[in-house]
Amino acid sequence: MGYLPRLGSQFSREAVMKIHEFQAKDLLRTAGVPVLAGRVARTPDEAAAAFTALGTPVCAVKAQIHAGGRGKGKVRGSEQRGVELAKTADDARRIAEGLLAKTLVTIQTGPEGQVVRQVFVESGCAIDRELYCAVLVDRRVGSPVLIASTAGGMDIEEVAAKTPELILSEPFDPDRGLGGWQARLLASKLGLPTASWRHAETFFKKLCAAFVSLDASLLEINPLVLAKDGTLVALDAKMTFDDNALFRHKDLAALRDEAEEEPAEIRAAAAGLSYVKLNGTIGCLVNGAGLAMSTMDLVKHHGGEPANFLDVGGGADVNQVTEAFRIILSDTNVKAILVNIFGGIMRCTTIATALVEASKTVGFTVPLVVRLEGTEVEEGKKILAASGAKIITADGLTDAAKKVVAAAGKPEA
Amino acid sequence: MSILVNRDTRVICQGITGKVGEFHTRGCLDYGTRMVGGVTPGKGGETVAGLPVFNTVAEARDATGANATMIFVPPAFAADAILEAVGAGVELVIAITEGIPVMDMARVLPVVQASQSRLIGPNCPGVITPGECKIGIMPGYIHTPGHVGVMSRSGTLTYEAVWQLTQLGHGQSTCVGLGGDPLVGSSFIDILELFQNDPDTHAILMMGEIGGSAEEEAAAYVKAHVTKPCAAFIAGRTAPPGKRMGHAGAIISGGKGTAEAKLAALADAGIEIAESPADMGSALVRAIKRHS
Repeated sequence: MGYLPRLGSQFSREAVMKIHEFQAKDLLRTAGVPVLAGRVARTPDEAAAAFTALGTPVCAVKAQIHAGGRGKGKVRGSEQRGVELAKTADDARRIAEGLLAKTLVTIQTGPEGQVVRQVFVESGCAIDRELYCAVLVDRRVGSPVLIASTAGGMDIEEVAAKTPELILSEPFDPDRGLGGWQARLLASKLGLPTASWRHAETFFKKLCAAFVSLDASLLEINPLVLAKDGTLVALDAKMTFDDNALFRHKDLAALRDEAEEEPAEIRAAAAGLSYVKLNGTIGCLVNGAGLAMSTMDLVKHHGGEPANFLDVGGGADVNQVTEAFRIILSDTNVKAILVNIFGGIMRCTTIATALVEASKTVGFTVPLVVRLEGTEVEEGKKILAASGAKIITADGLTDAAKKVVAAAGKPEA
Repeated sequence: MSILVNRDTRVICQGITGKVGEFHTRGCLDYGTRMVGGVTPGKGGETVAGLPVFNTVAEARDATGANATMIFVPPAFAADAILEAVGAGVELVIAITEGIPVMDMARVLPVVQASQSRLIGPNCPGVITPGECKIGIMPGYIHTPGHVGVMSRSGTLTYEAVWQLTQLGHGQSTCVGLGGDPLVGSSFIDILELFQNDPDTHAILMMGEIGGSAEEEAAAYVKAHVTKPCAAFIAGRTAPPGKRMGHAGAIISGGKGTAEAKLAALADAGIEIAESPADMGSALVRAIKRHS
């Protein structure tokens, strides 16, 4: 079961794979959605060469990281912004120098920021108006929807909260796709000149078709630009994919950029585990996303700080659970571990065997509190008791939380 | 009385010849569920756990009179399995399978909505009416027959809540796992309506989580239509705001989705709030006391 607290105070429980803007634009171009010409550069010289090769009077040099807010974000320790305009090849070189190998801090990266490893040099375009559009699956409607707004280039969450009437939404069937009439309706409500409606129809229909055919979970164009020549262009593109559908998109899996991800999270994903690193001292190993979140709530309720979210899922085997312990212990902040398993599809005997196995192969350097309940619980408890491994057993949630908080000592201020 | 399933429910398992399907078919049989057969394409004529295996759901339904199915088919084929069950006219379709692509479910839901079938899940533990019928993967022994209706988006959190209720001496009428996926067949509101209309359900306990707006909608429904005592827990109250990739989730829910927003909506509907996951059973007891 996936869990990614990645949508700010919101989160998306389903696991998603992220890609860079330039990769999203390659996919959109292939799908027939209008994007501007651009080139990726990994050195300042490459950025200068890209500017010359593109041959337009102005280019945008854009940091490529897996987070938004780049235009307003700044490189740590300088005034360099994540997106800047270049009028000469030297400009492009200078901006790339200011970004590459530097840490960019935006409202979406958190204070720790993200290191920029490549920039995207993109042709300029004569902008008439900036709009917003996105395709995603709406839980309430039960289908994909195209949403659009005249409030382009702005913080769309704020727009949604303050002026929800500015957010337009059109649901569509995945197989029939967006209707031409829906595209025209949006074009009309967005106030696009009728001369641009044909462009809008093509743009929106192809965007929705790309979302479906690529099994995307989010396709956000902010800003969507009405150019002076009346065409629509995707000036920025954010795209994430449904992890559960990657089995039928082998080519997309190759776009994963592991340099952008937390190493422990990559390791966990490879083992089929859902892991999110946090900053506390109590490692948590739980089955089920809801119980895992609740276990974190409980640890906090009793004055502790969780070091991670870890859902071993329903069908984990001994190897996966052993790997889960290795991942938790690789975090040097961890002072104690809480195992909370309520076995359904997961059997307590599996987790107990894995605990014993892990205590031999991994070696527990910190106290381990174990709470087992559910399928094969008695057999599981017997395995733990017979092993002689140093384990603090707990009965019920409160007992487990109190014991692990005590074992971890006072959280550091 | 109960909702959805009872001692007369006749159940087949799609994916019965798989390791997990067979294990849980045996678990349901042991609990006393009237399992009547299974389906695996190409394995018709075999026997698993003493039950006949059929090639198609239509054949299984004709031969056994099954009116419910539990699906353990692997994710790549699970949407097709749901459509097969709906096509065969099985009234209750319970999809346990985890990891079905969202777009597959977007294709399935309109077909289910246009049919007479009800879909529970996917990515859910199933449905149990204690002492009568267990369809799914939940451990049977934690349940007791009684009068509390339980529903949740999370499997293991439901077990936790049920275990607390049982230890406090409150049995359950029916427990429903709605499933953790973005698109599922039944919502809190669908099940609230059933619980409200079930004379044997005297109180309702629900477990939600942060994100989306299902809990807010459920709270509004309770305020307008539910006369029975209700208690709720929201998981993820302390989950830290993470890095952002996009904003679209927040747009759809129009600023809803935070734990605070959900708790406020629930409290406004007169629902008793569980302050911690250890407090879920006690919250239900408080709700009943306050109501009487």
